[in-house]
Amino acid sequence: MDKKSNQAIESIDPRITRAKIQQTGDKSDMEDLAHFQTFEVFHQNKRGAQHKHVGIVHAPNPDMALLYAKEQYARREVTANLWVVPSSCISATEYSDDDIFSTTPEKKYRNPASYKVIDRINAFKERGSKPTDQV
Amino acid sequence: MNSIDALKELLYKMADDQLIIGHRNSEWTGLGPILEEDIAFSSMAQDKIGQSEHLYNLLNQLGEADADTVAFTRNANQFHSSKLVELPIGDYSFSLIRHFLFDFSEYLRFEALRSSAYEPLAQVSKKFFGEIKYHTMHANTWVNQLGNGNEESHRKMQESLNFAWNYALGIFEPGPAENILVDEYIFIGEESLKNRWLDTIIPLLKKSGLTIPSEDTWKPIYGGRTGVHSENLQPLLEEMTEVYSIDPSADW
Repeated sequence: MDKKSNQAIESIDPRITRAKIQQTGDKSDMEDLAHFQTFEVFHQNKRGAQHKHVGIVHAPNPDMALLYAKEQYARREVTANLWVVPSSCISATEYSDDDIFSTTPEKKYRNPASYKVIDRINAFKERGSKPTDQV
Repeated sequence: MNSIDALKELLYKMADDQLIIGHRNSEWTGLGPILEEDIAFSSMAQDKIGQSEHLYNLLNQLGEADADTVAFTRNANQFHSSKLVELPIGDYSFSLIRHFLFDFSEYLRFEALRSSAYEPLAQVSKKFFGEIKYHTMHANTWVNQLGNGNEESHRKMQESLNFAWNYALGIFEPGPAENILVDEYIFIGEESLKNRWLDTIIPLLKKSGLTIPSEDTWKPIYGGRTGVHSENLQPLLEEMTEVYSIDPSADW
């Protein structure tokens, strides 16, 4: 432990000196926050739009999490609504199983551009925008 | 006193309250209990200083000096802020209780002023209503959390409430010409505001497990509105104006 451990921090910032902060050495403040949990924050920019995941906040309960989410994630964004969800409620795939996604890039046939209908779309484009009874 | 003077008196006390509590609360920046709270409390402090600037601008339109001059060049005895807002930040329980007591009074004040006959003030009140509403949500959530927390948190909150109570009653120090403002539908008056405030906060405090001091001990601490302040205000002003005093044109 530091020799100065029992002295309050002195600073050129008068607020710091006034706060009489002890140099407490090795105790982690996180121990006091063991009852806190993380919440995933979802942000909606207008009514009807999907909520999008934007990050996390650390809070003791959902009410506080919403308060903090507002300041962390809605302070500088146009916002209609926020959700918070305890991180512990999230179920996730295992990174060790990420091979289940490995063939996805090869499945070009799943891309709408590859559908047979593209022939009919091209035919339509060739006819121009004239209305027709048969498409 | 004519209605313009009475209006100025109202605007000065509102603006000065906002500036001083905004500065006081900003003293927690970097020292807040957790990161998220530090950011939220600092952001609200900034809101309050921004609100004070808008109110000083209204005074400027009524012929007073510009916002910076008014904010940074007066001495303590020229400030109309309540004694509650100049008190040192204390420990976090006190700062939270003050935030709760003051911000609910401010919320109700702005709510009433949204329909003020003085249109510029009504507009500013509508503009800031969402901000101050969030401030009260934040305050109430914390007071509830700690009032109903463990024995230690409850005790600290109750002690801070007991200490702050008479200062908080001092927010509602009657103005010298309030009847003019009431007659002209500019403002409902401090007494009506105080009653709305009591009706609002007493149930909330009860829900938080906290009790207000018994009514026979109520002694509002007045003086702030007429420039009579504690020894706490002048050092705050000196610290707040340190940069301005060195270089009034400093910008960042």
